[in-house]
Amino acid sequence: MSSDQTLAFETDCHIFDGCGFPAPGLHSFTFDPIFTVGSFEFNKPMLLALLGTVAIVWFFWAAFGKAKVVPGKLQMIGEAGYDFVRKGIVYETLGKKEGEKYVPLMVSLFFFVWIMNLWSIIPVAQFPVTSIIAFPAAMALIVYVLWMYLTFSKHGFVGGMKNITGYDKSLGGVLPLVMFLEFMSNVIVRPFTHAVRLFANMFAGHLLLLMFTIASWYLLNGIGIVYAGVSFVLTIVMTAFELFIQAVQAYVFVLLAATYVQGALAEHH
Amino acid sequence: MNALVQMASEEAENPLVPPIPELVIGLIAFAIVFLFLAKKLLPNINKVLEERRASIEGGMEKAEATQAEAQQVLDDYRAQLADARHEAARLRQEAQAQGAALIAEMRAEGQRQREDIIAAGHAQIEADRKQAALSLRQDVGKLATELAGKLVGEALEDNARQSRTIDRFLDGLEDSATKAEATR
Repeated sequence: MSSDQTLAFETDCHIFDGCGFPAPGLHSFTFDPIFTVGSFEFNKPMLLALLGTVAIVWFFWAAFGKAKVVPGKLQMIGEAGYDFVRKGIVYETLGKKEGEKYVPLMVSLFFFVWIMNLWSIIPVAQFPVTSIIAFPAAMALIVYVLWMYLTFSKHGFVGGMKNITGYDKSLGGVLPLVMFLEFMSNVIVRPFTHAVRLFANMFAGHLLLLMFTIASWYLLNGIGIVYAGVSFVLTIVMTAFELFIQAVQAYVFVLLAATYVQGALAEHH
Repeated sequence: MNALVQMASEEAENPLVPPIPELVIGLIAFAIVFLFLAKKLLPNINKVLEERRASIEGGMEKAEATQAEAQQVLDDYRAQLADARHEAARLRQEAQAQGAALIAEMRAEGQRQREDIIAAGHAQIEADRKQAALSLRQDVGKLATELAGKLVGEALEDNARQSRTIDRFLDGLEDSATKAEATR
């Protein structure tokens, strides 16, 4: 693994030195494997995903492992996060009675997605795992399968199909068209947008951060130093903004998941 | 530099096609998180939250009970105080009434004693007066008789006549005395 790729750009290249701007791009999202087992390549996003998993389990183990009625600091933080998802998302969309069953899933989803986003601004790691489409897709897939299962187990095949296609007799002539569009929207497009919404936000955020970070370094020559300063300030600002976006995207992802579950359980659209 | 870009663009795949190994790793990672949270840690915290809720509600119930008890004690105390005040007022009134009765009684007693004393005095005076009158009458009778005997020079043997004459004389004296008393 060359140092160029560890840092995602060339370190010996500055403006006025006769070398072009090493713009970030798709190549910034591919990594050389850390090690390989047969044809399986273990790379940085995988490592971060597993580290993130350990971090979440460690945190909640420390917070809730020996939970007390009078909470310690860590437990208090954990409870705040737990209550945020449970009351702020699940109870709001599914109601307290029906939602209780899905609280563990939604809490896991929220913190998993959030930590995977958070890697983006954690020093040394500095890569959002969720900007690799596979990770949001895995989450969306779980929600999709759950949604399918709930729809058909609750309403039966015919009822489930009616639910999915938004069957409504009063629509008359346009009913087939509506059913076709609803089917496409719910079954094909929705899981895709669910995953891509998260992926694209993190992807774009990482590109922005890379852009300003690389520019800060690249412009560090002659008069370019002034622009490098501006770029560096923007790097800081964008980092703060990313911190916000990461939480928002995790929230949106889980809110949508809860809404889909609610739609599956609802009698009709 | 060019070589790097070349290599990178070769490596870069369609970012929307999920690579299978990452997908699997993602699912495994999430499954680990989900299992730990759903099987152990969230039930843990739910139990504690429930306990806390119960203890808070218990505490509130206890506080309410204590407050009710305090209110009860206060009410009792106030009622007792009012009773005591009432009793004191009643006693005071009674004492006043008793005092007044006592004074009236004493006054009546004094009045009665005074009257007794006055009556006794009157009786005494009357008795004295009667005795004085009696002895005076006897003395005056004797003196008058002696005087008359001396003046007339004859013994008045006839007692009856003598006595009658004296009485008549004395009556006349008494009458004049009474008249003088009345006019005075």
